[in-house]
Amino acid sequence: MEKWENNRAWFLILPVFVIVAFSAIIPLMTVVNYSVQDIFGPGQRFFVGMEWFREVIHDERLHSALLRQLAFSCMVLLIEIPLGVLIALAMPKKGWGVSACLVLLALPLLIPWNVIGTIWIIFTRPDIGLLGKTVNDLGIAFDHTARPLDAWITVMAMEVWHWTPLVALLAYAGLRAIPEAYYQAAKIDGASSWAVFRHIQLPKMRGVLTIAVLLRFMDSFLIYAEPFVLTGGGPGDTTTFLSIYLVKIAVGQFDLGPAAAFSLIYFLIVLLFCFVFYQALQNVGTGESR
Amino acid sequence: MNLEWMAWTLPTAIFFVVIALMLVGMTIWQILSPSVPRRGFLPIETTRGDRLFIGLLGSAYIHIAWIAFTNLSLWIALAIALVWLVVVMRWG
Repeated sequence: MEKWENNRAWFLILPVFVIVAFSAIIPLMTVVNYSVQDIFGPGQRFFVGMEWFREVIHDERLHSALLRQLAFSCMVLLIEIPLGVLIALAMPKKGWGVSACLVLLALPLLIPWNVIGTIWIIFTRPDIGLLGKTVNDLGIAFDHTARPLDAWITVMAMEVWHWTPLVALLAYAGLRAIPEAYYQAAKIDGASSWAVFRHIQLPKMRGVLTIAVLLRFMDSFLIYAEPFVLTGGGPGDTTTFLSIYLVKIAVGQFDLGPAAAFSLIYFLIVLLFCFVFYQALQNVGTGESR
Repeated sequence: MNLEWMAWTLPTAIFFVVIALMLVGMTIWQILSPSVPRRGFLPIETTRGDRLFIGLLGSAYIHIAWIAFTNLSLWIALAIALVWLVVVMRWG
């Protein structure tokens, strides 16, 4: 097995390696160092072993934040992936409509995250917001600042509005990459549109959908700016997701040790989920697509 | 170069040196005898690197579970994790 013909290629990945080292590996090492110490200030730190991990793992508020986060991410995937695929299937295949759809879909993706939160605060305000006032005028009591269910619905709606276009764009790219011959063969066989979707389009979209699921899971699992601006984690702590709780510990209380231990557990959870999702999706539909 | 901001401690330094040595060792092993994907008791086909990743991730979870459910010494968790790592690398 001759694999080492051109070693110059290694130099090309060197810049990426250096950037990743400075942006990810060195900060991660620092977090590991912080997680085993009680830090009072520069030069004032004491080794405490696994004390912070023990404290964080037994923290009831972290347990509920984790459950909330898992529920949120599952709902995000269950809504955004099918909806994104449906939008991609419904999009025009040629003509001016393609550009129009792509621009419209890309718009929510271009807005800064904290601005999205602000937009939705105003949009859903029960007194002046277009949606909030309309819903209240229809006789349905809706107030995301006071009612937990309303807060959840608003955060979910905002998330779906913000990120479904990404799934749709990815799925659309996957659909466009399918050669016309497949459709012609299906037509000759008299395949129904469901059969075409199930045996041609879905397996061919596997690659892009893997990326979509991984991106949406990780992003929704790490969500911070939008719900922080929209609800601040409230009412009570009903929309306090993991990252919001983490920032409360790290910045609000300045407990760097527990925050670092929390971050590492958070990181391990994300790592495990991504690995499992990646492996599962790698094996989905392999029979049809190869 | 002042590394005080990274707040190094001896145990964490040893931890990272061991991880780095593992990666270097795996690289040398890969160059000397390239890994062939195979299937063991794990439900997926894995290369040697995959098994090291699964082994290390599993070890981290073993330690977390140990802290969560027991008050016993972490050295026992380390021993279990090492056994897990060897089992995954050999039969995974």
